[in-house]
Amino acid sequence: MLIDTSTISLIQVEKDTKILPPNVIITTFDKLINWGRLSSIWPTTFGLACCAIEMMAVGAAHYDFDRFGIIFRGSPRQADCMIVAGTVTKKMAPVVRRVYDQIPEPRYVVAMGSCACTGGVFRTYNTVQGCDCFLPVDVYVPGCPPRPEALLEGMMKLQEKMRKEKTRWSPWR
Amino acid sequence: MAVVARRISLYPAGIDPKEIAEKIKERFPEEVVEVTEFRDQISVIVKRGKILHICRYLHDDPYMLMDHLQDLSAVDWRGKKDPRFEVIYNLYSIRFRHKIRLKAQVPEDNPRISSVVPIWAGANWHERECFDMFGITFTGHPDLRRILLPEDWEGHPLRKDYPVEGPGPEKEWHGFVEVLSKAKELKPFEWEE
Repeated sequence: MLIDTSTISLIQVEKDTKILPPNVIITTFDKLINWGRLSSIWPTTFGLACCAIEMMAVGAAHYDFDRFGIIFRGSPRQADCMIVAGTVTKKMAPVVRRVYDQIPEPRYVVAMGSCACTGGVFRTYNTVQGCDCFLPVDVYVPGCPPRPEALLEGMMKLQEKMRKEKTRWSPWR
Repeated sequence: MAVVARRISLYPAGIDPKEIAEKIKERFPEEVVEVTEFRDQISVIVKRGKILHICRYLHDDPYMLMDHLQDLSAVDWRGKKDPRFEVIYNLYSIRFRHKIRLKAQVPEDNPRISSVVPIWAGANWHERECFDMFGITFTGHPDLRRILLPEDWEGHPLRKDYPVEGPGPEKEWHGFVEVLSKAKELKPFEWEE
């Protein structure tokens, strides 16, 4: 069925989104895909230190990651986000990198806590001074460990970032 | 009441740590260097040569029965004491509930001491950690490898002359250097706005 839009008017509800009453929505691929993507960030279950306990607390009922569509996945191959929660030691760095490499594109990294951001108090021989030296970090969440609210805000910042992306769904950049 | 009496006979009171120190001194007069007391804790500083005999005596003697090695660690006294290292044994008797601390002196030029794994199997990993961090070799240990650091790590970090921030970027552990170079190699394939 072809719709003749000369006789009926499209209602613009926001930029790039128009509605044809009663139930046809016209929008861009960017908007649709980014919306779907940011509404279901699935991070890998990956904890390194005490921050992981705080991350689990955010995942549990009280703070409830699920209301953002954030569900922890047991395998990096099913995930699209990695929360680096805790101190990254040099011995652990190859493992962290491997987990990241196993995540399919599109993928995002959240550095959670002072240690993952900068090395924190551990300015020592065995600690990586910030996991951004071998991972492309999208959001830094400082704190030792960060409050659950801080991690929630970090994930919301990531959602904002994803909302602004253009043509990441396409092989042509 | 009978039960209570039986329990008391089964678990007799332990020996005062000072007495244990005296007994060690009596038995091994040549080996004991010093007996120190700090905050009611008795330490017996001994030479390293007969540490296995001393531990065997404390473990087997029916009035001591030190069947539990609570902890085994070491201290680096670089520039403060000679000999430089002390290997520390915290011994406890589960039966008698008494304890004693042994400190065995280990010199810098030949950091070796007998392993106590034949007496307490639990010493295995403690001695490996001690070897990892201080470079003290435990002779007779069944499997003396590094336990915490990567096996090809250079140096022993808890020695006082090891730089806290590591030996510098030129002497970085090669496993970490590989990760950094791999990250650099894969960077062009990352998505950019």
